[in-house]
Amino acid sequence: MGTTASQLGKDLLSEYQELTFLTKQEILLAYKRFSELLGKDEKDVLHERVPMDRILTLPELKSNPFRKRICYVFSTSDSKNGSLTFEDFLDLLSAFSDSATMEIKSHYAFRIFDFDDDGTLDCGDLEKLVNCLTGETDETKLTAEEMRQLISNILEESDIDKDGTVNLSEFQHVISRSPDFVR
Amino acid sequence: GNERRKGASRAEEGESQTRPERIDRGRRKRTRSHQDTKGSEGDEEVQPKIQSGRAAKTRKHTKNEKTRKKEEEEKAEKGEGKERHGKRKKTSASKKEREEVGGKHTMKEKAQEVKRKNIIQQMNCIHNSLSSEELEKLKEAVDERKKLIQALRGKPWPIKKKCVILRESQEFVEKYEGALGKGKGRKLYAYKVLMSKALMGRPYGTIPRKTVPRAEATSAMDFAVLWDFGVSCIITLTLTTSCFLQWPFHATFRKMCFQGYAQYSVLFYGYYNNQRAVGWLKFRMPLSYFLVGVGTVAYSYMVVIRTMARNANESGVGDDNSFNFNWRMFTSWDYLIGNPETADNKFASITTSFKEAILEEQESQKDDNIHLTRFLRVLANFLVLCCLAGSGYLIYFVVRRSQKFALDGLENHTWWERNEVNMVMSLLGMFCPMLFDVISALENYHPRVALQWQLGRIFALFLGNLYTFIIALMDEINLKREEENIIKFNITVWEASLFNGTVSVNSTAPPVTIEPADVPRGPCWETMVGQEFVRLIISDTMTTYITLLIGDFLRAVLVRFLNYCWCWDLEAGFPSYSEFDVSGNVLGLIFNQGMIWMGAFYAPCLPALNVLRLHVSMYLQCWAVMCCNVPQERVFKASGSNNFYMAMLLVILFLSTLPAIYTIVTIPPSFDCGPFSGKQRMFDVIQETLESDFPAWFGKVFSYASNPGLVLPFMLLMVLAIYYLQSTSKSYKEANMELKKKLQTVVQNMFPPLVQQSCFNVYF
Repeated sequence: MGTTASQLGKDLLSEYQELTFLTKQEILLAYKRFSELLGKDEKDVLHERVPMDRILTLPELKSNPFRKRICYVFSTSDSKNGSLTFEDFLDLLSAFSDSATMEIKSHYAFRIFDFDDDGTLDCGDLEKLVNCLTGETDETKLTAEEMRQLISNILEESDIDKDGTVNLSEFQHVISRSPDFVR
Repeated sequence: GNERRKGASRAEEGESQTRPERIDRGRRKRTRSHQDTKGSEGDEEVQPKIQSGRAAKTRKHTKNEKTRKKEEEEKAEKGEGKERHGKRKKTSASKKEREEVGGKHTMKEKAQEVKRKNIIQQMNCIHNSLSSEELEKLKEAVDERKKLIQALRGKPWPIKKKCVILRESQEFVEKYEGALGKGKGRKLYAYKVLMSKALMGRPYGTIPRKTVPRAEATSAMDFAVLWDFGVSCIITLTLTTSCFLQWPFHATFRKMCFQGYAQYSVLFYGYYNNQRAVGWLKFRMPLSYFLVGVGTVAYSYMVVIRTMARNANESGVGDDNSFNFNWRMFTSWDYLIGNPETADNKFASITTSFKEAILEEQESQKDDNIHLTRFLRVLANFLVLCCLAGSGYLIYFVVRRSQKFALDGLENHTWWERNEVNMVMSLLGMFCPMLFDVISALENYHPRVALQWQLGRIFALFLGNLYTFIIALMDEINLKREEENIIKFNITVWEASLFNGTVSVNSTAPPVTIEPADVPRGPCWETMVGQEFVRLIISDTMTTYITLLIGDFLRAVLVRFLNYCWCWDLEAGFPSYSEFDVSGNVLGLIFNQGMIWMGAFYAPCLPALNVLRLHVSMYLQCWAVMCCNVPQERVFKASGSNNFYMAMLLVILFLSTLPAIYTIVTIPPSFDCGPFSGKQRMFDVIQETLESDFPAWFGKVFSYASNPGLVLPFMLLMVLAIYYLQSTSKSYKEANMELKKKLQTVVQNMFPPLVQQSCFNVYF
């Protein structure tokens, strides 16, 4: 494993730097971490596709309630099975990096929260979202009444066109005013 | 798969191609002048392969007819360009070959020369054939591509797609930039690429940024230490420079008094000589003292108001847009959590926050027993007023007592009795807010509203205390002035006695040299005021540090260690760890600044002392927060924007400078100490300067300008302007609301399907 770092060509490295928000050191580190995920017989780090269950063993993703959605969103596989190549992995890291713009972050966040991939956050999506956030155990789940109340409050606050769903622009409108995002 | 293959093949060609590309761009125009046609057979074989490769690529990426036509022309030219370059590359190797095979190549050489000339002619044709309009369009297309390259990073596409677009655009730009720019564009681009390769570690926009960790974000926003620090620094700087400018010129040391050497230091007003012009620079010292004092106040006003204006701009359209539920849902998860236990805790806290928010919403819609609530609120306010009145009276009483002690002679009293006033003020400042907190439980307000009431009450407490203190100080000032009159009288008597002693027979008596140190000094009320403020600030600092150590640190130690042998859970139950109270600390800073503003005129080095104190405070509190505090359970910002605290600061600035201005204008300065000694009023120094340093006409103009007949209408005009601006801003706000509503109805009625469609297209 000692020579893996040098296997990422300089041209590719500079291209990745150009196209993502990551620095050179971060890309090399990502390369190292990704190559650790590969099996013994998989040597071609750049072109190998790692299945989702191996990605989810990463400690950073293990405790994340949205880990599966994250994999699905960043995966470019034809079969939509959540497997990631190295470039998908870089896309993931770039979107989550500190220097990424708010537009990128909110775009990907929207896609992650859109459980049924229909381009809007409707009641079903919001319900699944809340259930993800409150944990799986019964003591922490919300009752049906509370859920209904919560979702109606959310839609009241953010649904400008009153179509019962939150679309990308409404989502971005809400997020851009959040104190966490104001730099 | 297709793209991967392309990518791989490109990577292979990459090394051999990129260099040729770069050099090729630089050569295309220069080669016509000095290239020698040297060739070797090998080149011809290499050329077609590369040429076809490039042709394939270019063919794939052409968009419109025009560019395709140009590309076909360029292809031919490129082929030649490659050839030429290939020749260059192998020149060194082929030199020998050339010499050997000299004669054989002459035919080929000639053919190639002709070909080259044709290419040059072709290129010129391209240039001339393109009308200026087409050139413009080409230029626009190139600029667009360049912008696309810059913006690629921010597009939400997968890297593969971005790669393709990047390479395509780069080629396009390289190809046409040269044709357009006559070599300059090319060189610039090559330079940029070279630079980015040289600085590969840090290309544009990828330097990692430091962000404030979430837990401290609110305190970082509200905690105005750095801002305060900046203003304090500037005030310190101004005052220090004015101090140092006349340091070498101070001649006499005064008699040391039991109150300490510090009394006669730069710290206090009394240090300053009243000489009008000091040193070879003719530094106008009294004038500078006055102007610096006034200037710092003006500067502070300017800074506060400018910050407020900036905050108002940034806070955006409306403060009523607080997406409480949305934020809890979308932004509550912390993506840095990697530990399953922490994740479980986070889940629990998120659930709690959802349930709380839901409950709150339900309760706010309930119309409970209004009369009872109203009665309780009135009762609470009454209690608070009683507290405030009580504390005011206590301070007055204590100040009176200390005056009595002073008359008795301070040596007879204990330390407590000597410093009673400051101690009482600090203790009140510590315990009353807790009392207010308890009383506010009666009121049953929304937490944000309750916080605002609490801050308002603490504000009133502080102001009441300070003003009582100042009124008591006024009494002392009057006492000192009476003392001064007595001393002045004594001095005349004493001087007369001196003269009477020496003038015997001769009428021309030698002037009596009086040692300045022997002349009895008058009591300097300004220095006394300065001293009082310094003492106040020091005792305030000490109280804060001691509360910190006892209230936070000791408490944390007790809770942690006694928990093992106590009946109930100390950490969850009663004492538990103290919370870091953001608003309380911000308020403390604001009050500290208020005291500095008040005392700065009479104790010029007070801001410097304060800067030191702020440094120490910052490190101490940083340690205390990390070591013994827990974050607040509910973080409510007192208002939607940061202007709440700024507004408070502005009010305090105004109220703090009021006493100083009052004393400048009404009370005559001491007769023998300070830069204004001997004058009737402190601001007479300005009059003096106008009369002596400026030409006569200036003084006349000034006197006309300060005529009340001119000043009053001017003030009226300003009041009218304020009224006008306020009414226009109100009308703008209303127009804004109308537009927002209109936008909602328009979107609702006409565009929902389109909006959804466009969102869908964003997905790749």
